[in-house]
Amino acid sequence: MAKELVKGNVAIVKGAILAGCEVYFGYPITPASEIAEYASLYFPKVGRTFIQAESEVAAINMVYGAAGAGARCMTASSGPGLSLKQEGISYCAGAELPCVIADIMRGGPGLGNIGPEQSDYNQIVKGGGHGNYRVIVLAPNSGQEMCDLTIKAFDLADKWRIPVVVLTDGYTGQMMEQVDFPQNTAIPVRKPWGLYADAESRSNLITSIFLSHADLEKHNIHLQKKYTRIETEEVMVEKLYCDDAELVIVAYGISSRISRTAVEMARSQNLKIGLLRPLTLFPFPKNDILEAAKTAKVFLSVECSNGQLIDDIRLTLMGKRPVELYNRMGGEVPTSEEILGAIKRILKA
Amino acid sequence: MEYEVLLKKPTVFYDKYPRKDGNKNVTHYCPGCGHGVVHKYIAEALEKLGVQDRTIIVSPVGCSVFAYYYFDTGNIQAAHGRAPAVATGVKRARPESIVISYQGDGDLAAIGTAEIVHAANRGENITVFFVNNAIYGMTGGQMAPTTLEGQKTSTSPTGRNPLNEGYPICVSELLSTLKAPIYIERVSLHDAKNRVKARKAIYKALKCQTERKGFTFVEILAQCPTNWKVTPDDSLGWIRDKMLPVFELGVKVDRTEEAQTSSYPKSIWDTASILKQLDLENVEIKARADRSRLLPAHRNPRIKIAGFGGQGVLTLGILLAGCGMLEDYNVAWLPSYGPEMRGGTAHCHISINDAPIGSPLVSSSTVCIAMNKPSQVKFEKELIPGGLLIRNSSMIDIPSSRSDIEILSVPATELATQAGSLKVQNMVILGAYLERTKLIDMKTVMMALQSMLKKASLLELNQKAIDAGRNYVRSNT
Repeated sequence: MAKELVKGNVAIVKGAILAGCEVYFGYPITPASEIAEYASLYFPKVGRTFIQAESEVAAINMVYGAAGAGARCMTASSGPGLSLKQEGISYCAGAELPCVIADIMRGGPGLGNIGPEQSDYNQIVKGGGHGNYRVIVLAPNSGQEMCDLTIKAFDLADKWRIPVVVLTDGYTGQMMEQVDFPQNTAIPVRKPWGLYADAESRSNLITSIFLSHADLEKHNIHLQKKYTRIETEEVMVEKLYCDDAELVIVAYGISSRISRTAVEMARSQNLKIGLLRPLTLFPFPKNDILEAAKTAKVFLSVECSNGQLIDDIRLTLMGKRPVELYNRMGGEVPTSEEILGAIKRILKA
Repeated sequence: MEYEVLLKKPTVFYDKYPRKDGNKNVTHYCPGCGHGVVHKYIAEALEKLGVQDRTIIVSPVGCSVFAYYYFDTGNIQAAHGRAPAVATGVKRARPESIVISYQGDGDLAAIGTAEIVHAANRGENITVFFVNNAIYGMTGGQMAPTTLEGQKTSTSPTGRNPLNEGYPICVSELLSTLKAPIYIERVSLHDAKNRVKARKAIYKALKCQTERKGFTFVEILAQCPTNWKVTPDDSLGWIRDKMLPVFELGVKVDRTEEAQTSSYPKSIWDTASILKQLDLENVEIKARADRSRLLPAHRNPRIKIAGFGGQGVLTLGILLAGCGMLEDYNVAWLPSYGPEMRGGTAHCHISINDAPIGSPLVSSSTVCIAMNKPSQVKFEKELIPGGLLIRNSSMIDIPSSRSDIEILSVPATELATQAGSLKVQNMVILGAYLERTKLIDMKTVMMALQSMLKKASLLELNQKAIDAGRNYVRSNT
């Protein structure tokens, strides 16, 4: 057993190395900086490469290059940095390059602050760059998942040839918890389309250009089919007391941890409350929400953003059930007591 | 008829251009364009160096966006201006590759300024070919950063005015101020003599890369008759008469003789070595310590610790959480992070629980440790009735406002000074807390401290402070 008390950000770095990540390209930004710092410490120790890029833009384009060369590679940042990376993420999506990007969300808009927020939901989950694309979005809420879902991110990225974003908040990045690290490591597998600087791969071309409209439409249809398959095959969700719940909270990241305590408090007061936590934000757990709607009369989106997650819950329920919002912004997070208060107001309990 | 082939297409070019729409025998470049000549020199050099298989060419945005139509090498297309970053990614992932970033003036000297400067400054072992024709070609003749003074373009219709648009950028000179590049030369395509020089420069730059010597850069003054609105014939004179006075030809940097050959990183792939390097070797998790010794009120604590920066608030929290983990509890430590870490006040939330921890935020605490007065005022309110307030009475001169809680006053600052250092106030408090609650076995504390502190003298000091806290509680309660 290799249990360690580490920050979520550090668990990402160790997870990435265990997943066989060969190169890391980063840029400092609070509250994600530990990822670059620990990558700069650990990557060279295992003979892998860490580069501090001149900008977020350069970092994601280095990722594009390394991914094109077939390597497992990653970068990490926080909201303002992700805004800058969107161009590169669009190129990775267009060229179907697998890569992993961690977003440790902070307060916005603009420079905002370094407190925890979840306001990158739309720019990440909806595909914030140009073009018709999606990325897989994983939403860890603990140190353990920062490791496990980072490893999973590399596998999904390769499986689907798609960028995968590990999306979480400043608290989950900064928080220390015990993490049980896996005792096995992955070794990179050769990708038939990659540029390996040899005769076998010489004819390979990495590009997102399709000059003919017909070809680009075909490429877009291919991408959409892939996203549809991902929606069918890769949904991950955690459900707590959803079977008989009259009110179901939907929350991810730090909001889901706080909500969990609120749900336990509510249950101890005989209130039938459940928690549905998406581990994948794209694909969104639509079927699980519809399933929960069989007993739930009302849903509550708990988020540290201005009602971004709630849109996907509403689109899923299509007006079948009311969806309420309890949110905080600006680096403030709800307390369990506040959430319990919101539950009681909604249920008039 | 038998004849000897003297001039042939380099083998690094595709014989026909299968990726291209329409006529597969000719390039997409305009008549008289300089790109074709540059492509040829690159292809010849790669063939001569015998590196076709391991070459990867980064095609930029601009007229040469379709370089991959022609080069029978690995190809990757980049976003506008980002080719040197993409080339960096490729090269770092495949150090044995020969990476070419082929860029025009808009791409390299405008939108991609940061990427080229920093790739050069890192001394990336790549080769950049910078085709300077003083105009944006692909988009239809707009002003480039290298557009000449007075030159008319579609975005400088009355001619480039330095008072409004500045002067043309001389990129080779700009990059020459850096220490890392080993070879920078500006060449021109305007006559046969200069084309020979251009061919040699391109070969030399690539040869240096095969020798893993460092960053090489060749700027090529090339003609764009279409957007200059002159004939191909006249375009050569245009370079000579208009560009040469601004862009001086010649070698700007040549450190190729003294440059050292770089080595590749050696990646480690065996699991045991990786785990060792990641500090993930076995950690002893004690069997669940007997929890029955704890009073119900002291079990599964939710702790808030607060004080001035420098009072060891965050460290105390980490130590408590670490001890909890060693005793097989679920633990969470959440800091107030950011500017607070650089002076001012600090606080952290710690949960130590037999069950998985929901909210790591301690909004209603069972234990509040106040290292100074503002911390007591701010956080004692959050204590649940019957909760435990531990106050550093050396620095708090007001009583608690709560009458429904358990209060433990410890002159931690004073006791720490007596023990030898102000820095161990937090350890005095730890000793007091554990003496009162028995939450953690002292052996566990020592084990955790040993892994945190490397110096024996520090360990001794911390132990002394913990003992001072314990003794104080024993003799005063």
